[in-house]
Amino acid sequence: MTSNARESVLTRLRSAVQQGGFVIPDAPEMPVLEWTPAERIDRLKGLLENMHATVYVASHTEWVERLKEFLKTHSLGNVLYAPETPLGQTLASVWEDDLPQLIGYDQTVEECKEQLFAMDAGITSTWGGIAETGALILWPSVQEPRLMSLVPTVHIAVLEADHIHNTFSEALSAGQWQDNMPTNVLLISGPSKTADIELTLTFGVHGPKELVVFILDQ
Amino acid sequence: MANPASVNFERDVSKALNDAQLRSNLKKAMSSLSLKRKAIFPDKTNFEQLRSIGNSIRRRALSKLPELLEQLEQKCTANGIQVHWAETTADANQLFLDIIKSHDAKLAIKGKSMVSEEMHLNHALEENGVEVLETDLGEYIIQLDHETPSHIIVPAIHKNKDQIARLFHDKIPDTPYTEVVEELNAIARTTLRQKFFAGEIGISGVNFAVAETGTLCLVENEGNGRMCTTAPDVHIAVMGLEKVVEHLKDVPPLLRLLTGSATGQLITTYFNMITSPRKAGEKDGPKEVHLVILDNGRSKMLADPELRETLQCIRCGACLNHCPVYTRLGGHAYGYVYPGPIGSILTPQMEGLDRAGAMATASSLCGACEEVCPVKIPFTKILRILRNESYTAGDSPHSVKGNGYKKNLAESVVWKGWATMNTSPALNQMSTKMLGMIGAYLPKLGPLKNWTSVRTMPKFAGKSLHAIAKERGLSND
Repeated sequence: MTSNARESVLTRLRSAVQQGGFVIPDAPEMPVLEWTPAERIDRLKGLLENMHATVYVASHTEWVERLKEFLKTHSLGNVLYAPETPLGQTLASVWEDDLPQLIGYDQTVEECKEQLFAMDAGITSTWGGIAETGALILWPSVQEPRLMSLVPTVHIAVLEADHIHNTFSEALSAGQWQDNMPTNVLLISGPSKTADIELTLTFGVHGPKELVVFILDQ
Repeated sequence: MANPASVNFERDVSKALNDAQLRSNLKKAMSSLSLKRKAIFPDKTNFEQLRSIGNSIRRRALSKLPELLEQLEQKCTANGIQVHWAETTADANQLFLDIIKSHDAKLAIKGKSMVSEEMHLNHALEENGVEVLETDLGEYIIQLDHETPSHIIVPAIHKNKDQIARLFHDKIPDTPYTEVVEELNAIARTTLRQKFFAGEIGISGVNFAVAETGTLCLVENEGNGRMCTTAPDVHIAVMGLEKVVEHLKDVPPLLRLLTGSATGQLITTYFNMITSPRKAGEKDGPKEVHLVILDNGRSKMLADPELRETLQCIRCGACLNHCPVYTRLGGHAYGYVYPGPIGSILTPQMEGLDRAGAMATASSLCGACEEVCPVKIPFTKILRILRNESYTAGDSPHSVKGNGYKKNLAESVVWKGWATMNTSPALNQMSTKMLGMIGAYLPKLGPLKNWTSVRTMPKFAGKSLHAIAKERGLSND
């Protein structure tokens, strides 16, 4: 059935296109939006906060202390991390006993699904950020799997300030995405939310209830 | 409502208009959505520029549709995504069933998808012993109440929180009655979490499919779409064949237009770009990803140079929110899954005018839909073509399924007479004079009676404008 369907559909489409009459107006270029590095941080922080994310801007040397403070003031039992990433290695080297238990995502989902779905927090790196619309770009990998930013109740994301792009379009061309799309790329702009009941905005439906972002500045 | 045989547009319209609760739920919601959209596109010039880009991207994609679909198929296949083609909704449902059966699966978790509603997919799967659970909060609510979506973006918008509170209390075991939205939300979270954990098959739609890279893009706020496309072993995505775009760089402007127009958001919480199943060494994600590409009348629309603009749609729902007819009726009265202006131009072409032609009459042609449409679909032009087609069969450049269903001799004669009267100066002069004299005494019968039952009968002037102008010595220019 399928191969016939494919041929019939494509044949009809080809003959439809041959009818001609397509007018494709010249599109104006996308407006160029540019901010200074400091403005990009401010804009991204502001937009993420509007969407109820918690954002810390900290230097490379002090951010871990800020993370520890955050973890100590929130009653989290455990934190999921990616042991093989540079971020994961940093975390493992500075972790202390009075912090929530640090658990590595080092098995396949089949081997640890129950544990994953019970995690309090997950901490991931990011590929970059988008100042215009206020979003993080996540590029899950073998070392840092997809569910880390989805199933734990709190998602903690770490972003290098100089990876913040002005726009989504700029990020696409800067990274030449068209030549190396991975299994999954995500834009994330806040904790999970819905307005499906009377358009009342509420946070924490199916994905993380909280998004905590550390922007690492020079 | 899911059964088109039960559609009785006139009956359902008057039922909706007399439902005070529905009217008030809708009024509140639609004005709020309109205001949010307005706030996110504050500058008219910028918006016009952006939607010109959107229009151009969509037109370009449609002009190359067969080659882009082949490219998409080739890229997806190379990435490990299995591509299937379906001519009809029944074929598409069968493809789903075959895939699900090949895994002996019993539970499918599903993200919001209008094309799956078009297929009545849940019904087809349930008939064959597969439990399908809607996981978008709005879709979950209406599934509990055995309803169809009344809006393409906010499917349960016809219900207020009291109605949802009662529904949850009645239908979900051990659930206390609460009208607090946050608590209703929490109930859904807890109930669905177990299903996300257990779901064997994940089902989703597609917002944009990128031919250049073989990437499926999904737009959402709740995270349920990510759950359905990440946690189960198998992910099946379904798209109408018009959803393809040429380049990855076409995505940002369309995304901006879509989220701004739909819910007044700069961007949704999640934008999920899927390019392959789990690769060797990766620890999660589905091991199989399937893409079902559905025609269901779309290739026929593409063949018509005017009607093909229907296929530019990116399903934002802005036309619904701004339509004076939709905002008073809600979606269910339309009788089919796509309501409002987009439904009124899309459904009659899919289902046939003889079945769904009444939808094309559900518009005042005010053009609000056209003003807000992020890809500039000429709604009023298409509506007029469909209305004409309802009376025309055989002698029209369009050949919409089921056309000519309203054709009748009396009306043909009247319109022929009207045309003759308005193209012959002598006849025109004579008849306007006559109407001026006897117009007020015309017997109110037939269509005139229907028209005047709710409107004041127009008064014919004693002298025509033409005659007055002539008397005053005004010339033609």
